[in-house]
Amino acid sequence: MIPPFEMFYEAHRDEIYRFLERRLGRQRAEDAFQETFLRALRAYPRLHTGDHLRAWVFTIASRIIVDDVRRRKPNAELPELLTEDGRPAYEELAPLTDDLPPKQRAAIVLRYGYDLDYDEIGAALGSTEQAARQAASAGVRRLRKEKS
Amino acid sequence: MNVSPALDERFRAAAAVAKLLDVAFDVITDTPVGPLLIGVTDHGVCRISYDPDSERHLETLAKQFGQRVLRSSQPIDEVRRELDEYFAGRRRHFDLEPDLRGLSPYNQQVLTELARVEYGRTTTYGALAALTGNPRAARAVGTIMNRNPIPIVLPCHRVVGASGSLTGYAGGLDRKEHLLRLEGALL
Repeated sequence: MIPPFEMFYEAHRDEIYRFLERRLGRQRAEDAFQETFLRALRAYPRLHTGDHLRAWVFTIASRIIVDDVRRRKPNAELPELLTEDGRPAYEELAPLTDDLPPKQRAAIVLRYGYDLDYDEIGAALGSTEQAARQAASAGVRRLRKEKS
Repeated sequence: MNVSPALDERFRAAAAVAKLLDVAFDVITDTPVGPLLIGVTDHGVCRISYDPDSERHLETLAKQFGQRVLRSSQPIDEVRRELDEYFAGRRRHFDLEPDLRGLSPYNQQVLTELARVEYGRTTTYGALAALTGNPRAARAVGTIMNRNPIPIVLPCHRVVGASGSLTGYAGGLDRKEHLLRLEGALL
């Protein structure tokens, strides 16, 4: 069940703003905030499920942070998105993927939870398309092994 | 820090400007018939409600027009302006386009007939039913008036019982009476 956008927006706007502000500072966070929810609006009609919307919008915000940092300092270390606070992007699938290393877990959730392409996953994780593909398949292999 | 009201409004305005909304809504508080919730789509005005509690409208609006329902003030400016003029007695006819998508064909037909009932006049449920080629459908027409999604603009307040009694109004008889007095249809 996908909620009307107003409900989704009201539920997540404050925590998304805080997430962005901690990483970008107030001024850049304001632009990033607007961009996050405009992207969410554009993608909203294509969502197939209302599960994990919180993780989904944190993923969008994370990608915007990565883009912002890349644009300003092309050679800088990319921000670490898997901090204690960054975990929301994946935590809702925790019961299934909790035992995986963070990158594999993230790649699986974004690939199979949100149907993102590998280049998008690479961007969201601050790495490459190929690395994202490898992380996802390594994660799947590991899950299969654990289930069998 | 939470989102500031200014940033919140900025996003809501940007969403409308970017044409990313299925429905923009807002509440007008200062009308003689109380607060009104207004909904607008690309196709026109889709909702006017005497119940300003938006939470009770979000699901139905989303179901009818799409999930991207967001409060945003600028898109409803035109509706606000025409309603202001109407309540001030300076407008007898709305130029707003009603958006009736998602309603049954008969429902749309009845509401389209209703839109032709002129300012200052009244008609009856039976007469309106007859105009749709269905003279015995007075009761069905009554139900459709009761669920009119765009009251005032689609003037269901101008439909009264055969005896001339006001009969009923989803917004309450006080409001029906107020609108008919404003239009000079009631003394």
